[in-house]
Amino acid sequence: MLNRLTDTLDFQGQALTLRSERQRLLASNIANADTPGYIARDINFAQALKEATGAQGGATLNTSQAGHIAAATGARAEPNLLYATASQTNLDRNSVDMDRERANFADNSVKYEATLRFINGNVRTMLDAIKGQ
Amino acid sequence: MSMFNIFNVSGSAASAQSQRLNVVASNLANADTVAGPDGQAYKARQVVFQTQLMGEMGAAGVQVSTITEDQTQGRKVHDPKHPAADADGYVTYSNVNPVEEMVNMISASRSYQNNVEVMNTAKSLLLKTLQMGQ
Repeated sequence: MLNRLTDTLDFQGQALTLRSERQRLLASNIANADTPGYIARDINFAQALKEATGAQGGATLNTSQAGHIAAATGARAEPNLLYATASQTNLDRNSVDMDRERANFADNSVKYEATLRFINGNVRTMLDAIKGQ
Repeated sequence: MSMFNIFNVSGSAASAQSQRLNVVASNLANADTVAGPDGQAYKARQVVFQTQLMGEMGAAGVQVSTITEDQTQGRKVHDPKHPAADADGYVTYSNVNPVEEMVNMISASRSYQNNVEVMNTAKSLLLKTLQMGQ
């Protein structure tokens, strides 16, 4: 019964974790804007969220023998890190496009905050339901 | 909590950029010097950045791996009365290019600001996360 109350929070929790991981990646890209040879990284957020919430099979464990243990529900692998291509070629092989990274960073922080508000709203709704007032 | 690592990442980048700014300052200060501490003309310095892995997935900070010296020949000016003039009457000045250094300075300060802004955003997001569910 109680887990039905918190099941909806699971999805938002996964989304929040992924948003914070993406935020860290984007911060690393901005930090390495002047490092020679650095290749910018990013994740495909929609894909990673689908894999994390089990809506689309990412990596699954095969259980072909009796002693094999199936993966726990909600277990997720680290999201696939992709390489961002440079929009303009650079003499030092650095592929960080500062405009793109800043835009992605702002976008990601707004969406992080949106997820936070969804969680807060969810919690408030449930508390109201519990109090019954 | 993976976002706490942003302070390490951006902090290392800010410190690397400030070291770069430091080098630019000493280059500009020595743009017109005739002799460095070793008696030779001052040579322009450059920092070399290197990615520094920060443990967690994808977290990459910055460190200064080396500081290189520009080995090109310094500017020569004919001034036989100068105490540092050589046998032919030429004085060797430092090989600092002030225009290059100014560009370097602006680039370093912009990168520094970028990293500070990243830290501010991460800080406000984390503060809001701490109030989750209230």
